[in-house]
Amino acid sequence: MIAPPKPDLITVNIDGREIAVPKGTNMIEAARLLGIEVPHFCYHPKLTVAGNCRMCLVEMGMPALDPATKQPLVDPTTGRPKINWIPKPTIACFTNAAPGLHIRTATPLVRDCREGVMEFLLINHPLDCPICDQAGECKLQEQATGYGRGYSRFVERKNVKPKRTVLGPRVMLDDERCILCSRCIRFCQEVAKDDVLGFVDRGSYSTLTCYPGRQLENNYSLNTVDICPVGALTSTDFRFKMRVWFLKTTPSICTESSVGANTEVWSREGVIHRITPRRNDEVNDTWMADSGRLLYKLVAAADRLTEAKVAGAAVPVDEALAKAAESLKTGGVAVVGSGRSSVEEQFLTRQLAATLKAPAWLVSRVGQGDGLLISADRNPNVRGALVTGLIQALPAAQLTDLAALIEAGKITTVLSVGEDLAAAGLTAAQLGKVAVIYLGTHADATSAAARIVIPTLTVFEKNGTFINQQFRLQKFAAAVPGPQGVADDLATLARLLRAAGGPALAGDVDGLWVTLAAEVKQFAAISYASLPATGLLLDATEFAGLPFAEREALHFKPVAANP
Amino acid sequence: MPHPAERRLIFQHIDEPGYTVDLGCYLRHGGYEALRKAVQRKPEEIVDEVKKSGLRGRGGAGFPCGVKWSLLDRKSGKPIYLIVNADESEPGTFKDRYIIHQDPHQLIEGIMITCWANQVRQAYIYIRGEFPKGARLLEQAIAEARAQRFVGPDVLGTGYGCEIYVHRGAGAYICGEETGLIESLEGKRAYPRIKPPYFPAVLGLYQCPTIVNNVETLCHVRHIAAMGGEAFAKIGTPNNTGTRILCVSGHVQRPGYFELECGKVTLGQLLHDICGGPRPGRTFKAVIPGGSSAKILRCGERFKFKRRDGVSVDWGVEDIPMDFDSLAAVGSMGGSGGVIVMDDSTDMVAALANINAFYAHESCGQCTPCREGSLWMKKITARMVAGGARPQDGELLKSVADQIAGRTICPFGEACAWPTQSFVLKFGDDFKNYSARPAQPAAAVPLI
Repeated sequence: MIAPPKPDLITVNIDGREIAVPKGTNMIEAARLLGIEVPHFCYHPKLTVAGNCRMCLVEMGMPALDPATKQPLVDPTTGRPKINWIPKPTIACFTNAAPGLHIRTATPLVRDCREGVMEFLLINHPLDCPICDQAGECKLQEQATGYGRGYSRFVERKNVKPKRTVLGPRVMLDDERCILCSRCIRFCQEVAKDDVLGFVDRGSYSTLTCYPGRQLENNYSLNTVDICPVGALTSTDFRFKMRVWFLKTTPSICTESSVGANTEVWSREGVIHRITPRRNDEVNDTWMADSGRLLYKLVAAADRLTEAKVAGAAVPVDEALAKAAESLKTGGVAVVGSGRSSVEEQFLTRQLAATLKAPAWLVSRVGQGDGLLISADRNPNVRGALVTGLIQALPAAQLTDLAALIEAGKITTVLSVGEDLAAAGLTAAQLGKVAVIYLGTHADATSAAARIVIPTLTVFEKNGTFINQQFRLQKFAAAVPGPQGVADDLATLARLLRAAGGPALAGDVDGLWVTLAAEVKQFAAISYASLPATGLLLDATEFAGLPFAEREALHFKPVAANP
Repeated sequence: MPHPAERRLIFQHIDEPGYTVDLGCYLRHGGYEALRKAVQRKPEEIVDEVKKSGLRGRGGAGFPCGVKWSLLDRKSGKPIYLIVNADESEPGTFKDRYIIHQDPHQLIEGIMITCWANQVRQAYIYIRGEFPKGARLLEQAIAEARAQRFVGPDVLGTGYGCEIYVHRGAGAYICGEETGLIESLEGKRAYPRIKPPYFPAVLGLYQCPTIVNNVETLCHVRHIAAMGGEAFAKIGTPNNTGTRILCVSGHVQRPGYFELECGKVTLGQLLHDICGGPRPGRTFKAVIPGGSSAKILRCGERFKFKRRDGVSVDWGVEDIPMDFDSLAAVGSMGGSGGVIVMDDSTDMVAALANINAFYAHESCGQCTPCREGSLWMKKITARMVAGGARPQDGELLKSVADQIAGRTICPFGEACAWPTQSFVLKFGDDFKNYSARPAQPAAAVPLI
């Protein structure tokens, strides 16, 4: 006895297997739920349906009804409902679930359709695979192994089209490789809302192009490269740099703003080569901003801090830590944490401030949101500082209070965990009045003025979590090792905390989460290892009244009315 | 002069000396009387008359006109549009242009009756870009009709208002496909829409219910309104009512256009009696009966089958009655009424090369099979004609065509595949032995 389906579910039959799917589900997605792949090129789950590639043709049928009673007819030989199969194949992408709908994806007709489409797509496709960036992640290449003929019946001349058209500052087009699926055009119209791409010419001579006088230069242009099923659109940054099959992927989170777009970091032998979006239907769908993709360049930047220094002289990290602890124990300490630090780092920073009985600040970064995947709050993790208790109110952009305390002589040592104090409004004179202990990744005015500098890691070199604008806890992992001699940030902070007389806490992310789960009520029963790849929404009622800067955007609605 | 076998309704005044395109001349010949009568009746009554008439669309598919109208989504609350398909672009078809060029008011009267019947407030005439004079004449005729209140905000004092706009295409065959036409009219590339769900009767122009009718069809509506649906249904044969304008081109003594009762004349009578038979010393080799996309008929082939009415028939090509059902029964179609005749001097591969060149040029490029397949077929036939024929090319052509038909977004897939499928099927030896054919004089007509 099969349990009756839930009222909002529709039962369809795919290759003889039944599945209940929500209303509006198309047959590619329904088949996916059964582990049946319906090959396709133009269909994309986050774009409107174009139905132009014809690769997803399947056989479709509906239960035959008795003309008199309107009741389904039963096939006497099988005892199953009799199905009226439509002789013409139908595209699965534009066929939505209907009660009793049957499709067949493994018949000779369907196979013949797929082989026909593959042959048509390949006859004018250049044999560029050996030099094509898409090779290894090319949908055309993948489907050719299943549905390609293996030899060509095409003895005519292939069409010739432009091979390197600059569509914009970051995207290059090879028109010969284009299979005219229109995904990029639909993306620009529907998601980026920057309608700059279109086809010119007709038939097989159709050519993708930008409208005259326009460029594909919006901050989401590289998503067209991601969704291009072939090697027609390539990233000028990544083009010809690395074979994709050599690259290892690591799940990460974009630090550009409090959106926390889910990303994938592609690296080989300790070097990052590109960042692409990772699908999260609750956060960023399958998209991310171009600007966030270039952040990996910070890892190997020339101004990277790689050695610990005390009074300008390079020392081992251990020595710098000992000196820092000494300095902190003299009293008159202020702590400046960062909205760019991970939840774990913020928790340790808070412990440090509590141990030292030091006031703690955060520095805000507020810009314009773009209504899509860059929010007004350019710190990825202000909410982490709230949840861990490092701060109680939203931060300001300038450390005015701290400056006043320094001027009044009440503060003699400032510990900055990743914030450039000069950029946050402290003058050179004020910095000169105090002993600055700086934990940072790159050289800046603060590292220049600091008495003690301890180098730290970028987001690509460590494990941790952020809490985004939705109060979604999301984790990232180390994609590449940090520079030689730079210790893990959590270990550094844990040692500093212990040396300053604080509790002994774990200096690794898994160990620290035991404490986090026990001490932070929103984190109860969560561990780093068990945190899902798409994150967990936390209880945010406690913070509902705060005047957050973010406005309505993709998958985000502000809770309270913003100022 | 019309041929005695003709029955002229729509073409009554075509080529008539002294008949002019102005409103005065039209009114002197009883013009707009049918509209005057129609607006005195309820719209539904006119729809009923058209249903009773059995009128089938003259654009190509032969879909019953009254049924098309009754599919309109009238409950949506959205406006209903009428689009007049004057994008006459099927090779071999040249009927609508004569109506537009010589009797534009007849079309406008047909449009206005249709608009009244369906309570349409805006109609668009989508005319192909290659008819600049036709567009000008229609604009002029609409202005005249508007001045006399046959068109406009208050039609014949009834308070009912309807405007007609002329929209010129830019020269693409695909704009004759109704959903491609709608996209083009909306200002976009004429990429046909996917049916379902974009049936014009429900989601047509600007996503509103829309009727798309051919010029000749709408002129018939004028005559149905004038004579009544039952009287119209008596013309022609059952299920193939009324008259049909056939455009004969190619290797006959007297090519031209002929308005004939549907199904009352056989293909043989048309070619021999009306068109004067083949040129001296020649015999007929093949006929494409419904525009270049219709499947070709080989003279000499026979069709033995039982008709729907139970009558067993054994027809030669010349016995086929010229109506929708008979031509469909022999595996071709009445299509747009363009009858293309080829005699024994015809090089069938070169003829197909010409057709393939047209369809490759006109494929919009939206979906893969037609976009790539049509050009591939063109390249194969062009290579064959240029001296590179291989014995397996016929088979390859058919296989390519088979990979297109039935797998595309719009009927262009069939339109470009059917010629190749039928040419290769019926003239297989011509394709197989093409490289060994006797030396030919240099082709007189260059390919596209």
